[in-house]
Amino acid sequence: MDKLFIVSSPPHIHTRLNLKNAVWIVILCLIPSLIAGVVFFGFYALIIIFISIAVSVFSETIFEYLSKRKTTIQDGTAVLTGLLLGLSLPPNVPLWIPLIGACFSIIISKQIFGGTGFNLLNPALTGRAFLMLSFPQIMSVNFKYQAPETLSEIDAVTSATPLTLLKSPFYYKITEETLRKMSSFDFLKLLLFGHSGGSIGEACKILIIAGGIILLIFKVIDYRIIIGYILSFCLMSLMLPGRINPLFQLFTGGVLLAIFFMATDWVTSPVTKNGRWIFGIGCGFFTALFRLISHYPEGVTPAILLMNLFVPFFDKIAVIIRR
Amino acid sequence: MIFTWPIGLRLKKQKNLLELPIEVMPPVSFVFIHFQQHRGKPAIPLVKKGDAVKIGSKIGETGGEISSPVHSSVSGRVIDIKPHPHPFLREGLCCVIESDYSDTWEQRFIDSDYHSLSKEELLERIEKAGVVGLGGGGYPTAKKLLAGMKDRVNLLIINGCESEPNLAADYRVMIEYTASVVEGARILQKILNVPKMIFVLTRNYKMAEALLKKEGADVKILPDSYPVGSERVLIRKITKITLPADKLPIDVGIIVQNVSTCYAVFQAVKYNKPLIERVITISGDGINKPKNILVKIGTPLSAIIQYCEGLKDDLKKIIFGGLMTGIAQFSLDTPVIKTTSGIVFQSAVCEDEINDCVYCGKCIDVCPMGILPQMIYTFIKNNEFKNAIDYGLDDCIECGCCSYVCPSSIPLVHYFKYARLRNMHG
Ligand code: SF4
Ligand code: SF4
Repeated sequence: MDKLFIVSSPPHIHTRLNLKNAVWIVILCLIPSLIAGVVFFGFYALIIIFISIAVSVFSETIFEYLSKRKTTIQDGTAVLTGLLLGLSLPPNVPLWIPLIGACFSIIISKQIFGGTGFNLLNPALTGRAFLMLSFPQIMSVNFKYQAPETLSEIDAVTSATPLTLLKSPFYYKITEETLRKMSSFDFLKLLLFGHSGGSIGEACKILIIAGGIILLIFKVIDYRIIIGYILSFCLMSLMLPGRINPLFQLFTGGVLLAIFFMATDWVTSPVTKNGRWIFGIGCGFFTALFRLISHYPEGVTPAILLMNLFVPFFDKIAVIIRR
Repeated sequence: MIFTWPIGLRLKKQKNLLELPIEVMPPVSFVFIHFQQHRGKPAIPLVKKGDAVKIGSKIGETGGEISSPVHSSVSGRVIDIKPHPHPFLREGLCCVIESDYSDTWEQRFIDSDYHSLSKEELLERIEKAGVVGLGGGGYPTAKKLLAGMKDRVNLLIINGCESEPNLAADYRVMIEYTASVVEGARILQKILNVPKMIFVLTRNYKMAEALLKKEGADVKILPDSYPVGSERVLIRKITKITLPADKLPIDVGIIVQNVSTCYAVFQAVKYNKPLIERVITISGDGINKPKNILVKIGTPLSAIIQYCEGLKDDLKKIIFGGLMTGIAQFSLDTPVIKTTSGIVFQSAVCEDEINDCVYCGKCIDVCPMGILPQMIYTFIKNNEFKNAIDYGLDDCIECGCCSYVCPSSIPLVHYFKYARLRNMHG
């Protein structure tokens, strides 16, 4: 018998959940949100996302070619970054916005640091933060909307997110009754099933939650970050001045998308279990805090980016706790 | 620590293995009996080329403090003593015996009155029969028992959990030889003089549970997850004691024995029969007829393949042991040794590309010992062996869970084995 056998070290079986499959599952879980966004905001939203993805993939290819690295397009991470960035953009930005954002995400935040696995910050969020800082007017959508007195107007397509209302100069004019209504059940239902978002991906919350749950079931993402995030975020919302209904907080802005798809990013979250609890809790804490004190209506992006920077520290803490 | 409690893997089992009855494999013309079939020093050859041997003749003498004798599994003539492919040493000194197909035994008797033997006499029989831990560890049973007689043992665990997805041999042994297994376990209990003995099974071994209970044994059921059959994990699941790397189960008054070992002990004590055959599971998608077979120690792989009606053409890998911890083989001449619990013939081999670590933390989530594979791996990669040990390398039981889940297909266990060798040899 002259047949040769493969000799390798154990184990001899391997999970099917390799990097490529995991990334594609995440992308699939985002597709419903994408469709909802396109349905609500029109074909233009699809173009924005398409540009974002295409530029991500393109810039990754070019960069890897120029720097003579092994190409990593097939693992799908560039597509995912582009998709997430596109989903977190407002639906009516000019088309050069996703272009710049995606370039920044891929090249500055990911490839410069060494490619997949080596980036410190979540690429999609970095791209978004860059856009928010550079083009605040465009990114925080238009304030076409003038009188936030009645709730029926909140879901106008061109409106800012309900969060902007809380933050806008009109905030202080909002009557007690409006606030009460804002936290009423009907309103939550509206937020959950209707489109309340200022960005494409936040069109339908229930789809985001469904996608997140599928990811949890497939064990692609870790429940510790999610539970830690949600709990601390709700708690903070209740405790901070304003005492906004935590559910209202949770269903507005990009929090859900960020909780399920961005904070749980493998590369930029801690590896240890206890580290993840700390990370999730920290994210929730700072999201609520930044919403209250920062200039931007959205607190998610800076909060997660800040926590990303502390990831090695959290892991260190977790290692020390263990002993 | 609450949050670091491990959950374990649920692996897909090969179907129907549990239903295949044990078949006795017919004698083969040549057997290859290794002198190193156990933990510790190899046995010292007692025979030379041309010697006639019978079934059960001792051909290798205990070679040191921790060692075990080996016996011929056929009657015939020694035709050579030479290095030969070994299941996990690559090559080892081996005695080649040509069988004359006769059924002549070296002294054999049935001692139904073994109950009246003293502990020392029982121990001596086990020692002489060359019984070793058949679960895969291969630690000489008599030595383990001797240590147990010196220290105080308060719990004897009989391990019937085969958490590897391709093994069913222990299950078949429990079902078909229930009485002998329980009797063997009672002998161990008597030697150790322990008040409490429990059988531990996984949840899917319903039938074995019923049969063992009928024999009056104490049975405990664990969830069917990998690696529950591993000694340290088993002990923690049952007693909630976490053993540090430098402690043996005996240090906390526990002894774990495998069910097949109990069967061998019973055979040794009652029939004075040395350990010359064992039940193994032949499985995988690369063999035509998966089987549970009772096979003579020393039977080469090629004969087993023939008995199982040949290989499939697309066979890629042959593994001795379990899919998660077994060793891939390079030669069809490799014989079965005492610690072989199964053989897998694999055609569908995972050939994922190895990428850089993506810091997903899955390896840390899944590690049953609660150590940090990802960090240890990074240290080993940078040649920082001391740090690797600080982070728990010694606690690793090489169960393979971390490599299994790693989305970048990093062979973590391979790194750990490498680091251990490096540490051992400076
Ligand atoms: S092989 Fe070692 S490090 Fe990996 S999961 Fe098993 S015990 Fe943990
Ligand atoms: S499972 Fe693999 S990729 Fe994930 S942290 Fe561990 S070593 Fe890195």
